Amino acid sequence: MAESPFKADIERVQKEYSEKMTPGAIVYLPGSSVVNKTGSWRVFMPEFNRDKCVRCYLCYTYCPEPAIYLDEENYPVFDYDYCKGCGVCANECPTKAIVMVRETK
Amino acid sequence: MPIKKVMKANEAAAWAAKLAKPKVIAAFPITPSTLVPEKISEFVADGELDAEFIKVESEHSAISACVGASAAGVRTFTATASQGLALMHEILFIAAGMRLPIVIAIGNRALSAPINIWNDWQDTISERDTGWLQFYAENNQEALDLILIAFKVAEDERVLLPAMVGFDAFILTHTVEPVEIPDQELVDEFLGEYVPKHAYLDPAKPITQGALGFPAHYMEARYGVWEANEAAKKVIDEAFAEFEKKFGRKYQKIEEYRTEDADIIFVTMGSLAGTLKEYVDHLREKGLKVGAAKVTVYRPFPVEEVRELAKKAKVLALLEKNVTFSVGGALFQDFSRALINESEKPKIVDFILGLGGRDVTFKDLDEALAIAQKALNGEKVEEVNWIGLRKEIL
Ligand code: SF4
Ligand code: SF4
Repeated sequence: MAESPFKADIERVQKEYSEKMTPGAIVYLPGSSVVNKTGSWRVFMPEFNRDKCVRCYLCYTYCPEPAIYLDEENYPVFDYDYCKGCGVCANECPTKAIVMVRETK
Repeated sequence: MPIKKVMKANEAAAWAAKLAKPKVIAAFPITPSTLVPEKISEFVADGELDAEFIKVESEHSAISACVGASAAGVRTFTATASQGLALMHEILFIAAGMRLPIVIAIGNRALSAPINIWNDWQDTISERDTGWLQFYAENNQEALDLILIAFKVAEDERVLLPAMVGFDAFILTHTVEPVEIPDQELVDEFLGEYVPKHAYLDPAKPITQGALGFPAHYMEARYGVWEANEAAKKVIDEAFAEFEKKFGRKYQKIEEYRTEDADIIFVTMGSLAGTLKEYVDHLREKGLKVGAAKVTVYRPFPVEEVRELAKKAKVLALLEKNVTFSVGGALFQDFSRALINESEKPKIVDFILGLGGRDVTFKDLDEALAIAQKALNGEKVEEVNWIGLRKEIL
């Protein structure tokens, strides 16, 4: 998975926030929501079957997070740090290459 | 030269808003404060106030629009009362937490059920823990003045908190009195142009407001509101002093009236303070050592001033138009907190009266006085007393 392009900024803001609270809890950095790894809220996770995938990118287009990246061969990759498990991708996928499974630790 | 006009407190509040020149007013009509946005919309329509008047479908939306406008970086105003303020409840916390200096004018009114449009303070008292500053006006002039002062304090860099100014439903909102309208230039000098300190939209400098606060930050954000409330105490004193210098009217967090050598000091808020001063004059004529005090600033609660006041009396008799169940009134709770660790303290007797617009007459005050005198003589009295209650219909 590609690394966040905001990594350096995020680390700076994280450091700033652990040291200084701003009035009104303002975040002085766009895109900093990247640090909130919302994936932990998930109950169901998408399970991907590469063999069935026809690379139509409907999942990629519809993911509301967006938690789907493309790999070097342009196959979808799921970023579980941010995937909230809504199941939209599985619902959209025409070949059923994505199925939602209950996440077990 | 300032002009004098005969007007209702609602109009006085609208005039205050006009003088403060907010850029956005979002409001929903509700009795008894409907006239405030009505009058402001007239000012806007007539071109006397250069502002956006947003008509909304509820008070929840009104305050939400105000939060948006204030977060965008402009001076913002609204007015409401009772159920309307209660409907804003959720967003009141957001405005305080985001440290947005919005000002609300409130026609203090009872809460349902039963439906009641008349005066008591339960609406604003119920919002005392939101983080908002709270001022209470005794008359229409104070309604105007305190709104200007509220803007000044709310927008101060050391404070940055929203503020509400309450004036009693009908007793003030719908009663005409001569009100001095200060000169616009002086108000401009007093308030200055609103320059947002932390919250504003600037495409060149994007920021996120109202973001998620994890456990690692939420507590600090709440403490920020606590600290700002504490800081407001000094800022309010400064604003009062500057106001007096510019406009000649003196305000204090707790205003005292004939408290010198008093054995019993009655304490109240809002328009009842006017009645109380008359009552004290009447008792003084009879040779009774009784004084009055008015709480003008309720949040931040003036703990120090209460301690000073307490030194002057043997009995503090609190007259309140609100109820905190199992406690009495909110003032009783706050006064008790302020005095609990003092070595010398007066007895505190609490009186709940005038709820839902019931008149408070000298007869009612006599009833309270009799109980306060008993306490003064060392007799045991109830801590909480409902005055003017019609026990026979219970
Ligand atoms: S489950 Fe929802 S959030 Fe997760 S990858 Fe699919 S569409 Fe995106
Ligand atoms: S929607 Fe299904 S087939 Fe299309 S790219 Fe995504 S996984 Fe592959």
